[in-house]
This record gives sequence, structure tokens and C-alpha cells, in this order.
Amino acid sequence: MDLYEHQARQLFEEHGISVPRAEVTDSPGRAAGIARGLGGRVVVKAQVKTGGRGKAGGVRLAEDPAAAERTAREILAMNIKGHPVRTVMLAQPIDIESEFYVSYVLDRAAGRFLAIASAEGGTEIEEVAASRPEAVTRVPVDPAEGVTPEKAAEIVRAAGLPPRTAGVLVRLWQVLTREDALLVEVNPLVRTAQGQLVALDGKVTLDDNARFRQARRSGQETSNDDPLEAAAAAKGLNYVKLDGEVGVVGNGAGLVMSTLDVVAGSGARPANFLDIGGGASARIMSDGLSVVLSDPGVKSVLVNVFGGITACDAVADGIVAALDAVRPTKPIVVRLDGNNAARGRAVLGERAHPLVHQAATMDDAARLAARLAHIS
Amino acid sequence: MAVFLTGESKVLVQGMTGAEGMRHTRRMLAAGTRVVGGVNPRKAGLDVEFDVAGPGGRGSAPRTVPVFGSVREGIEATGADVSVVFVPPAFTRAAVQEAADAGIALAVVITEGVPVHDSVAFCAHAAARGTRVVGPNCPGVISPGRSNAGIVPADITGPGPIGLVSKSGTLTYQLMHELRDVGFSTCVGIGGDPVVGTSHIDCLAAFEEDPGTELIVLVGEIGGDAEERAAAYVRDHVTKPVVGYIAGFTAPEGRTMGHAGAIVSGSSGTARAKKEALEAAGVRVGETPTETARLVLARLAERAVPSDVTHG
Repeated sequence: MDLYEHQARQLFEEHGISVPRAEVTDSPGRAAGIARGLGGRVVVKAQVKTGGRGKAGGVRLAEDPAAAERTAREILAMNIKGHPVRTVMLAQPIDIESEFYVSYVLDRAAGRFLAIASAEGGTEIEEVAASRPEAVTRVPVDPAEGVTPEKAAEIVRAAGLPPRTAGVLVRLWQVLTREDALLVEVNPLVRTAQGQLVALDGKVTLDDNARFRQARRSGQETSNDDPLEAAAAAKGLNYVKLDGEVGVVGNGAGLVMSTLDVVAGSGARPANFLDIGGGASARIMSDGLSVVLSDPGVKSVLVNVFGGITACDAVADGIVAALDAVRPTKPIVVRLDGNNAARGRAVLGERAHPLVHQAATMDDAARLAARLAHIS
Repeated sequence: MAVFLTGESKVLVQGMTGAEGMRHTRRMLAAGTRVVGGVNPRKAGLDVEFDVAGPGGRGSAPRTVPVFGSVREGIEATGADVSVVFVPPAFTRAAVQEAADAGIALAVVITEGVPVHDSVAFCAHAAARGTRVVGPNCPGVISPGRSNAGIVPADITGPGPIGLVSKSGTLTYQLMHELRDVGFSTCVGIGGDPVVGTSHIDCLAAFEEDPGTELIVLVGEIGGDAEERAAAYVRDHVTKPVVGYIAGFTAPEGRTMGHAGAIVSGSSGTARAKKEALEAAGVRVGETPTETARLVLARLAERAVPSDVTHG
């Protein structure tokens, strides 16, 4: 899960990294008061989980509280790359002397974290890396040792950063490990005219798998923008809304991704990703089908299950339960193979619902679902 | 022949006495796996009886598997060289590190939802001790007709000349099903997490060395650059034919598609880029599992023809 800038800022602060004084609001009216509290002159920053907000006009300086209110109102009305701006952060401006870049990122291939540092902060690190690769230093971190003061000093020397930034690197490693983050980035890390090191902007991605041991995470959960995704999440389903007409339900992330592709290859667009997981019960299948059928964009549904652990007769029972509970008006194409497939097919055959069609293969099923979506 | 797991492999199950552990130990036994023990410090000394279905699901016979207090005790008593890990995410790190410290050769980690920092730690710990980790969040390793360490259904297909490596469980099953008439030497489900112990490249290297593998199927999906790295490895080091399949062409940017590692970030990790990298390395890549299976059959048919005829 990616955090908003203000959430990242708060984590940095909790771990002893200096950040600008700032406050978050969703109300232009309150922005003026906040600006007054921060000294009048503030930077108003859109809180969206996407890059390039500065270029889009989502980061602006306001000279006084009245301007802060006006600017907040304008930015709160913005939509940046498909992300509606719901909150703004107002921050005290910082007197920047120089800008640096520091981050810890997961090196998936090496299976460890990598410290990345550059004396050229402020711009996208990918751009610096592309134009001047020698200006970006990468240092692998041994997971058993972590970033000790000695390791931090090594990174700082290699990148040509001021020696004092080593302290920031040690604290940033604490953010990474204690918060179970997959990415922590400070860009820019600035040295002020007074010689202070301040994290001016940052990104943090938390590991969803670590939720069970990060109790206070609940406060950072963000509401789901899409009502269908919210409904699916409430039922514990692994659902991603897409923009198409064939609803997809399957088991296993790989097979469902593959099913989306096969639907696209059949000339239709998949309406969603829904993985009912391994060993799914009839109830999960029924819940999943209900969510997919409630999508007004869906014209037909494709259920593609290869039963490994999942028993196809349980899947069929779930489909039958959904037929009774939801009373669908859209055709449902079902392909069942693997564990208990014959029994599953028989369950659907006996029910003989006029909207349920069975297909022998995944490709046949996708073609039929695409055709039915275009007819209805 | 097979890679990583053979008919001789002796398998311990960490977490055998849990619900998932019991269910899959029964299935592993039915598939002919030499399961020699379970590990649970609180149930050491217990004998667990499994009702194991006979060949073709006919009849059943009880099989008794002892529970050991630690992996070390299990190895000392049985000579086990493989461990299959079913313990919950909070305890997975300790379980894998215990297995590595005890000197297990292969730890197959089925558990889903392991924090990435833990995977980083136990993969490094195991690598330093010469233990191969497969997973986490994987379906396991199956050498059909010989042994099954994990949760892959053993009845989809039998032994044959194809080696398969995949991040995804159900895509592995789908391709085993499509190619069931040919059969497999070994199928390795390496797992869909951002950090896994065994990479596509490790499997390519093993299949290249394995005399029982004639053709390699490489299944990938969006996220990271493992497939691009594998493509470079195929180009430089693999002489056997490789057929590829990539899932996730229609996945939107920035959304995690089920597997924690399956995410397109900006322009990196796309299915298109992976397919192009593989094709540039001479790998034929199917657009669907069915087309992939057809490419495999065509490639095997070519191999059956003497090379002086094909090139004559």
C-alpha cells in the first residue's frame, strides 16, 4: 500500500527525521486558519498517490492565508492523472540551500534492499539515472546487518553527500524495517540555509503482508474510491475493477490474469480481476459472482476455474447459490476443469439455468462470453 | 530424471499437524512422496495416521507419519533432505531458518502472506547455509510419478520430457493439463511474491543440466524484471528449446493483480516488455495457455526430426 505524502511525513517525524511543519485538510475554509498558524506563507500540496503533481499544478506557494484558501480550493477541485484530490497539505516553506536524494528500494532479483543516493535531488531519480548514471549511487544492504552508522557513512561517502546525512540514512532504515515498508524515499532531502537537514517530500510503500504485526496500520487504510472494490473488500475478495463488459471470476492470480488476456484476445474487454483463491468455498464463489454481477458495465460473466485445491463441485454449488440469491439477468459462461470437475459440471447441468452456459476449454469459454457480451 | 526433487527425496512437513498440513500431507503421500515426518515442537513423539487413497483413488491404506520436535531431530532420525513449510506467516521466517540451520537441502515454502522483510531475511539466511528455498507463496515442486512437495494436484499428468517453471499455481495446473499427454520431468512453482528463494534462472539452469528434460516452459507474469533476466540467461546459457507464456497483458498500471509481486509500475514490469525480451532471446511466446501448449508440441515434433533433415 502506497501512503500519502502526509502519512509518509508523519512516519519520518516519528522516527526522528526533520520534516517541515505542516497540516492536512479537505476544506478550503480551514486552509486559511492553518496557514495563519504556520506563519501565513505556505506551500499548498495536493495529496495524491501519483508522481508529477508539481508539473500538473498541484503544488503551489500561497503568500498569505487568503491566498492559501483560494489555492486550496483550486487544488481540491483538481484531478491529477485520474486521481481526484481529496486533501491538501499546507506546509511551512523551507529555505533550500541544496537538495539530495535518498531511498531504500527492494531489489527483487537480488532479494535484498538497496540504498540509492544522489547529490542531485529534487527531480525524478529515474531522469537523473537516465541522463547521468554516475550521479546515482546504489549500495546493497546486507539484511542480517542493516544500515549501521558505518554502513550509512559508506553510502554517504560513495554518493558525495554531506557527512551529516548518514544520521538520516540510519533513521530512514528504521522506518523501512520497523514499519515493514517496501519503499522509503526522501526526495528532496534538503539542507536549509541554516544547515538543517529536512525531508521535504517523501514516498512510503507499506507491505500489506505485514498488516498482522503492524497494529496501528488501521489508521492509514484509505477508503476505496470504487464502490464495487469497497463491496468486494468488505467480503474479503481479491477484486480489481477494470473498464470492460465481461466480468471475470477465477481461481489463482496467474490464471485470472491469463483469463483477462484471453477475453481481450476474443475481442471483448474484461470488466474486472477477481481471484477467489485456492480452496475457495461455495460462499466465496457466490459472494464473488454477486459483486461481479452488480457491476452495471458487465454484460456477461466468465467463470474460469482450474481446480487444484479448489473443488469444482463447491464452485458449482456457489454459482447455484448466487443464481438463487442474485437472480441474474446476464449470461454466465462457466469452464470447470481439474479437481471434481465432472461433479461440478453435473451440478450445473442439473440446475439447467437458461443463463448459464458451460464451455469445455478456457478459450472456448472466453469466446462465448465475448459473443454474449456483444449480443446483450 | 527430474530437478530439485526425485523419487529418492525424503520429505519433512513443517506444520503437518495443522489443517492445511494434514490435508496436503495426505495428498503428497497418495502421490507417492516419501513423507518421513512432520515437525511440531508441541506434538513431538506423536504418530499421525493418514488414510491414503490407493492408486487411481481405489481403496485406502493407513500410513503412519511420526512428528519430531525439530527439523534437526527429523533429519537425524530419517535422513530427510526436503522440508515443505505450511506454518502461518508469522512463524515462517523462524521455520525456514530452523530448516536451513539443520542442514536441509531444499525448503519448499507454501505459506502465503509472508512479510517481505521476513522473506529477505530467510532467503539470505538459507543461501548462506547452502539451502535452496522455493517460495514463499508457491504451489511447490512436483516431479510427476516420482514425488510431490507441495500442493500441486498429482493426478493432472505423469512423467515426461517437459520442465516447467512458473510464478503461478493455477497457470502451472492449466499448462500441465494442456500438455497432459506429453508429461513433465519437474514443475517448479517459484511463487508470486516480490522476493522468492528460487528464480526462473535457477530453474532454467537446473533444467538445462537435467538429462530428463528436453524442453523448458517458462511461465511469467507482470511485475519486476525476472522474465527479462531469464531471457538474457536463455540467450547466453540455454541450449534446450524454451517456450514462454506471460500473463497480464490487460493489467492496468499501478494495481496489484492478486500476487503481491504482480504490479506494473510505470513502464516497467509490463507483459509486453517481457514477451519482447523473451522473443529477442529466441523464445517462442504463446498468447494464451492453449497456444503455448501448441508451440510446445510443435517444438517437440521438430526435435523428433533428425537435424540434418531440418537443416538439409
